[in-house]
Amino acid sequence: MNRRTVLAATALAPFAGSLGLRDAAAQARFANMNMFIPAGPGGGWDGLGRAIEQVARHAGLVGNFQFENVGGAGGIVGLPRFVSQRRGRGDALMVSGSIMVGAVLSNRSPVSLANVTPIARMTQEVGVVVVPAQSDIQDIAGLLAAFRANPGGTSVAGGSAGGTDHITLGLILRALGRNAREGSYVAFAGGGPAQAAILGAQVKAGISGYSEFAEQIRAGRMRALATTGATRSDPNIPTLKESGVDVVIANWRGVFGAPGINANQKAALTSFITDLVALPAWREMMETRGWDNAFLAGAEFERFLAADISATESVLKELGLA
Amino acid sequence: MNAIDGLSLGFSHAFSLGNLGWALLGCFLGTAVGVLPGIGPALTIALLLPITYQVSATGAFILFCGVFYGAMYGGSTTSILLNTPGESGSIITALEGAKMARNGRAGPALATSAVGSFVAGVVGTLGIAFLGPVVVDFALVLGPAEYFSLMLLCFVTVSAVLGGSPLRGLTSLFFGLSLGLVGIDLQTGQPRMTFGLPELFDGVNVVLVAVALFAVAEALHMAWNHVDGKVQVLPVGRLWLSRTDLKRSFWPWIRGAGLGFPFGVMPAGGTEMPTMLSYYAEKKLVAPEYAHEFGTTGAIEGVAGPEAANNAAAAGILVPMLTLGLPTSATAAIMLSAFQSYGIQPGPLLFQTQADLVWTLIASLFIANVMLVVLNLPLVGLWVKILKIPTPQLYAGILVFATIGTYGISNSVTDLLLLYGIGIIGMFMRRFDFPVAPVIIGMILGPMAEQALRQAMTISEGDWTTFVTRPGSLIILILAALALFGPRLYALATRRRRTAATASVDS
Repeated sequence: MNRRTVLAATALAPFAGSLGLRDAAAQARFANMNMFIPAGPGGGWDGLGRAIEQVARHAGLVGNFQFENVGGAGGIVGLPRFVSQRRGRGDALMVSGSIMVGAVLSNRSPVSLANVTPIARMTQEVGVVVVPAQSDIQDIAGLLAAFRANPGGTSVAGGSAGGTDHITLGLILRALGRNAREGSYVAFAGGGPAQAAILGAQVKAGISGYSEFAEQIRAGRMRALATTGATRSDPNIPTLKESGVDVVIANWRGVFGAPGINANQKAALTSFITDLVALPAWREMMETRGWDNAFLAGAEFERFLAADISATESVLKELGLA
Repeated sequence: MNAIDGLSLGFSHAFSLGNLGWALLGCFLGTAVGVLPGIGPALTIALLLPITYQVSATGAFILFCGVFYGAMYGGSTTSILLNTPGESGSIITALEGAKMARNGRAGPALATSAVGSFVAGVVGTLGIAFLGPVVVDFALVLGPAEYFSLMLLCFVTVSAVLGGSPLRGLTSLFFGLSLGLVGIDLQTGQPRMTFGLPELFDGVNVVLVAVALFAVAEALHMAWNHVDGKVQVLPVGRLWLSRTDLKRSFWPWIRGAGLGFPFGVMPAGGTEMPTMLSYYAEKKLVAPEYAHEFGTTGAIEGVAGPEAANNAAAAGILVPMLTLGLPTSATAAIMLSAFQSYGIQPGPLLFQTQADLVWTLIASLFIANVMLVVLNLPLVGLWVKILKIPTPQLYAGILVFATIGTYGISNSVTDLLLLYGIGIIGMFMRRFDFPVAPVIIGMILGPMAEQALRQAMTISEGDWTTFVTRPGSLIILILAALALFGPRLYALATRRRRTAATASVDS
C-alpha cells in the first residue's frame, strides 16, 4: 500500500481543521511551524509530531502547524528533502530518531544527521525480549544459554534488518562473547507479521519495542524475558543489564532543526521544546501514549547523538551492514 | 459474549442517528478516495486522525470503517472504466473489466463488481463476527515456509495470463520480477538496483507500474496508431446485469468471497494473492461457451470473482486487528494508532475489554455495506457516461488522471519519470504483443516470495526440506502442482477417452 506518502491532501485538510482544534489566544512563540515527518502518517514519528502540534496549539505556543510527510527507507528519503528545502529556516522542525541513525549508516546515505541541527531528544521506548507462550524457555538465562550454545538455531524475529531490534540482538550476542553475525535474525516488514510469527511459534524468540508487545504479554500469549532499559520498565521483568548482559538500548525519538540556522534561531527552537515538555498537558500526553520521557537538549543531546552514532556504527559494521 | 448477543448489542448502538451519520460520511468519503487515484484508505484515515481528539471512539471507528469499505467499493470503478487501478487489490479487476468496458459492457462490469463487493462484504463481515477468533488461530500456524508455498501456488496464475507465446509471457514475468527487486532489501537492509537514487530506496510502487502498463501504454499506443483522424465513441450498452450476467456472476462472487476472507486473515496475506487465485480459478471454471471472452472481449466472471475476493480480503484484514491487535496492513496500522490515541490498547483482550466498541463496529460494517451498495448502484449510470467522451479526449483525460494520481502517491517527480518510462516500455510491449499482466504478477509476488523464502531458510538454518517436511507447506505445494498440471491432465484424459470411444465405435 502506501509506503511513501504525501502532503496533507488539500481536499481533506479543511475538513479536519473545521472540527475545531481550539486556538488559544495567548501570543504565539511561532506564528507558523513547518513540521517535517520523514515517515508516512500513522507511525511513531508522525505520532510524536502530531502530539507536539496538539499540545503546542492548545497552549498557544504555536499559531499554526504545517505538516509534510515524506516517508521511506527509515527516513533517508525525506531527510535530503528537508535539508535542501528548509535551509536557514528557523520555523522548521523534523522528527527523527534511532531508526534514522541506523538507516543513514546501512545505506551509506550522503546526507546524514550531521547535516541538520540537533534540538532535543524527547521520548524513548525500551525494547523487550520475548518468547512464545508455549516455548520451553522460561527465563532470560535459558535464552542466553541457547544463544551461547547455538546462536544460528535460535531464530529471533523483529523489524527490518539493521534496525533497533536487530542491533539489540547483535549487542546481546557480542556481550555473550559471540559474533553479532552468528545470530539468526528474521526480519519482518512491520509489527503485525513479526508478532504473528512469534505468536505462532514460527521463531524461537522476538525483540521489539515494549509497547508493541505489551498487550500480548499481558494476555499471556508471549512471555517477556527481559527489557533493554537501564532500569526495569515493568517491576516483574528483569533488565538485560541485571541479568548479566551489559546491553542498554532504547529506541529514541526527537526533533531537529533545519541546517544553517543561526544561534538565536536554534535557541528559540530549543526553548520552545523545553517549555513544551514542562507543560502538564505534555506529561498527560506521554502517559496516554505510553511514552517514556527522555528529554535531553543542547550540548548533552549532541554528545548523546555522537555516542549513539558510533555505537550503532560498530554493531552494523560487525553485522556487515555498514 | 457470543456472536448473536454481540451483534444485537452492536446494532442497538449503531442505529443511533449520529452513528448512522458517521457511517454515511465514511462511505461517501471512502467511495471518493477509492475513485481518486493516489489517495488510498490508509492515507485518508491518517488525515482524519485529528478528529479522534473531538469525536467519541465509536463514532470515529465507524467513520474509519466506512472509509475502508468504501475505498474497496470505489477502487474498481477506475480499473474498469479507465484501466487505471487505484490500488493493488483492484489491479486484477482491470484485466477483464477494462476489456468489458471497451466492448460496450461497462454497465454490467460495474454492476457485478458493486454487487460482488456487497456479497463479499457481507460474507466477510459475517466471518469477522462468527469465525474471527477461530480462523486467526489457524492463520498463526502458517509460517514463512507456508507463505512461500502459497506464493508458488499463486505463481500458477501466471499461466492464465501468458498469452499466445510462452516466451513473451515469461519475458514479461521476469521484467516484473526484476522491477520487484528494486529497493532496500528487508533481510539485510541494503539497497539493490537503486542506482544511488534515494527515491528508489522504497522500491517501485506496484500501482504506479500497473497504471503505466495498462493506462499510459494504452493511451500512447492509441496515439501512435490513431492517425486517421476519425472520432470514435465507445459503445456504452446496457447498464444493469442481464439474467445471464447474474447467473454467470453468482458463483464467482461466492468463490471469490470464500477465497478472499482467509487470505485477508493471514498476517502476511493481503488482498493481491486471492484476486490472482480467483482470476485463475474463474478462467479455468468458466463455461466453455464463454471461455473465448477471457482476454478478448472481457469475461464477467473475471470481474466478479477478483472483485469479491478483494473485498472479502479487506474484511478479513480486520480480523487479526480486532482479535489480536496485529496491524497486518497500512490501514489497520493507522486504525490501531487511533485506538491508542483513545487510550485503548488494542490486543488479544479487546473483544472482552471493549465489547461495546467492537460489536458496534462490526454492526456498522453491515450497515456500511448496505449503504455502499445503495450509493454505488445508481452511480453506475453516471460513471459510464465518461465513456461517451470521444476516444482521443478520453485517453487524454486518462493520461491526466494517471499523472495526477501518481504524483499524489508520493509527490515525487521521479515517480512521474518512472510512470512515463514504463509507459513507453508498455507501449512497445503492446506493439510487439507482449502480455503486461505477468509483469504485475511478478512484481507483486516476486518480492513477497523472496522474503518468505529467506525467512523460512533462516529459521530452518538453510535446510531446504523445510518446505516438504512441514505438513501445511507440503499440502499447499501439492495444491500448486494440481492447479498447474490438473487441468492439462484432465484435458488429456478426456481426449484419450474420446479417442478410445471413437476407436471402439470404429471397430
